[in-house]
Amino acid sequence: MTTTLFLYAILYAAALVFLVACAVRAIGYARLPLHLRWELYPVPHEKRERARYGGSYFESPEWWKEPIAFNHLGEWKSMFAEILFLKGLWEFKRKMWYRSYLFHLGLYLLIGAAGILFAAAFASLILPGLASSGFVLVLHYAYTAAGLLGAALTLVGAAALLIERLTEEDLKPYTTAGDIFNLSFFIVTVGILTAGYFLRPDTSPGALALAQGVLTFDTSLKAPPMFEVGLVLGALLAAYIPMTHMSHFIAKYFTYHTVRWDDAPNRRGAKLEQKLAEYLTYRPTWSAPHVGADGSKSWAEIAMTNPAQGGKK
Amino acid sequence: MKRKISLDDMSKLEREPLTHLEPGDLMPLPAPLEDRASSPGWKPLSAQTMEKCECALDDTCAVSIPQPQNEQEEQELVRKFLSGLDKLFRREDNWTFLQPLLLTMEHCAKCQTCGDACHIFEASGRNELYRPTFRTEIVRRLYFKYVKHGGLLSAWQHGDVKLNWPLVARLIELSYRCNICRRCAQVCPIGADNGLVAHELRKLFSQEMGIAAKELHENGSMLQLRVGSSTGMNAAAVKDNIDFIDEDTSERAGFEVKTPWDVEGADILLIHNAGEIVAWPENPGAFALILNAAGISWTLSSELAGYDSINYGVWYDDAQFARVAIKHMEAARKLKVKKIVLGECGHAHKALSVIADRLLTGDLNIPRESSMTLLRDIVMNGRIKFDPARNDFPVTLHDPCNLVRLMGVVEPQREVVRLLCPKFREMEPHGVDNYCCGGGSGFAIMSGNNFSDWRFQVSGRKKLEQILNAFSDCLDPSIPKYLCAPCSNCKGQFRDMLAYYDLWEKNKILYGGLVELIVNAMVDVKPGFIQWEWR
Repeated sequence: MTTTLFLYAILYAAALVFLVACAVRAIGYARLPLHLRWELYPVPHEKRERARYGGSYFESPEWWKEPIAFNHLGEWKSMFAEILFLKGLWEFKRKMWYRSYLFHLGLYLLIGAAGILFAAAFASLILPGLASSGFVLVLHYAYTAAGLLGAALTLVGAAALLIERLTEEDLKPYTTAGDIFNLSFFIVTVGILTAGYFLRPDTSPGALALAQGVLTFDTSLKAPPMFEVGLVLGALLAAYIPMTHMSHFIAKYFTYHTVRWDDAPNRRGAKLEQKLAEYLTYRPTWSAPHVGADGSKSWAEIAMTNPAQGGKK
Repeated sequence: MKRKISLDDMSKLEREPLTHLEPGDLMPLPAPLEDRASSPGWKPLSAQTMEKCECALDDTCAVSIPQPQNEQEEQELVRKFLSGLDKLFRREDNWTFLQPLLLTMEHCAKCQTCGDACHIFEASGRNELYRPTFRTEIVRRLYFKYVKHGGLLSAWQHGDVKLNWPLVARLIELSYRCNICRRCAQVCPIGADNGLVAHELRKLFSQEMGIAAKELHENGSMLQLRVGSSTGMNAAAVKDNIDFIDEDTSERAGFEVKTPWDVEGADILLIHNAGEIVAWPENPGAFALILNAAGISWTLSSELAGYDSINYGVWYDDAQFARVAIKHMEAARKLKVKKIVLGECGHAHKALSVIADRLLTGDLNIPRESSMTLLRDIVMNGRIKFDPARNDFPVTLHDPCNLVRLMGVVEPQREVVRLLCPKFREMEPHGVDNYCCGGGSGFAIMSGNNFSDWRFQVSGRKKLEQILNAFSDCLDPSIPKYLCAPCSNCKGQFRDMLAYYDLWEKNKILYGGLVELIVNAMVDVKPGFIQWEWR
């Protein structure tokens, strides 16, 4: 009972840490000042014919006289291809894509399996009649298949990535102990979970029962020890990911939407201009004499001086 | 086999350069430059430069930082570096690029996809020193150690690096081994940006330590802010030069061409890169001829910096960048023009249209337009008659990174050359996937010590390969060929690089702008506006 309670506590705590840490990271990036424009073309929300070759609204004569079209479909298609298929790696580093895609697809399947499992558990708890229905049986096959396939792909993908990191001349010099640990953490965790699943005794509760136990804090359940160890490691891994560069699933929203694709023009009197007005009041402290930043002058004041003419405006 | 450079080597106390490039190391070139042994010799750094300056990176020296006299000086420089590094990550000091910089620091997956996209890394024969992530990885480790104050756990996770003056001195030089073309950023699956890291390093060195390439700062933005142009021309000199250009253009065209100055209320303020006026006068002459023929209301400005669109701050210093951008806008505001049109200069396009966009508020926010779109509309609207047969020679088009990948102006110039140049052929790859000319980020105007050897043999090598491939079917010197580069800095690089490899004398490859091709095809202009002679 104590170990089961401990397991539930770790699972909930890890989920909480994961969510809070992801939120802190995302909010941290979102609250950074709007930077100067630094987009890269192609920008997929451009008009379809332009996005195809990487053109921009700057190709239109007097572009500022017309509203700028925003091609949502183009942007979604681009996001879809990147998130689901890692299109960038496919195009520019095919050899790594085979390894990385196995790994990421495996993770997507594991996340999907966990989602279906808990949906099934929740549904059968609030509608007890469902538990013995064909619907839950379908879900059972779905999470089992997704989970097992996901685990296999994650294991193979992570192992292949680790071998690549340790053997490829291009990657070795930039691989830190942390990188090796991260991939090993995935391999060990998923490996133990998978082994725990296959080696479980016939009497042990199934995945659905365990998920229901987690949702209801049913401490009478007892998972097999190896599976329990796998679950604890999985919880720790989930809590650890947002503390590392592996949280690039958050970063990519910003690198794509607020840097690479951010082509929003500054129009007189618009909201964007108001934001900029605030930044221009910042008081930088750079030390080189030509900057003339003594901590009291604002960014705007510095920009209006001319260091080559005695600092006059 | 050469020993591969490691990140730790950057902190080595020995003053021997970390790498030396032999012709055999470099990426092979196609005909007629396939024989690497006969490639032009690389002038070694002088003993005096080696003795006085920090040149412990590679075979060249771009910044020529004087060596500190003693350990105290070294420590003071390292302290300043750390202070600047900290400021790069503070919103009050660096709001301009903080978000993309932080994202790049914290999320590189070290997949090295960027390396395969970098023309410098490839041209150097994949020399580790020039790998886009090499420089970034050092900065990333310094960031986690000194800005985030990570301890042992952080060093274990992110890697460690030993900070000393040799490391800082090498980083200063290494920040000037990147063209900031951002081809690496374009292919990064995460969206990390190694070009930005080079930019931010240069900024740190300039804004905190007062260290920058002389050509960009003293002879660049400071000279422009003092006299009006980095060419050294004041308003009187530039007007004299334009008078001369008008005369010459009139003679070549067969009718009078007059450039208007300081016309209040004109529709367009045209700003050239003043380098055109000095080095390629036919370019501003051709602009004047076309705009007049199209009946456009336009003017040049004689205000401080109003006649020189260059803005070198865009490559190394935000304060200088903002000051010059504001001068450009003040010139437009004073003349009450409806819009600014940027001449054939890539970095000026990006600087004023894109990057400065979020610095210009209120009445300083005057619309800016590319000359590529204006020229396309003039050519296509039928008001001027053209005879494409006058351009019946092989033409290829260079895509300036600042205009194309970084601003998305891809098709207008193509529509013009497709219409007016029957023997037009693309380079491969082209458009937003183009390669930098090798002169980007200021290199085209930097030739101190033996830096030009490096930019012709390494940074320009990939573009040279593209040019030779584009003309591979017509290399015979009896066929004149035209490399169209609608950018002053790119033209500067091509002028020097084609001469370095003797490609005009041996293969008749000439370079020039877009407007020259347009005027050359104008029916009303005397035939032969493009003069097939080296300049």
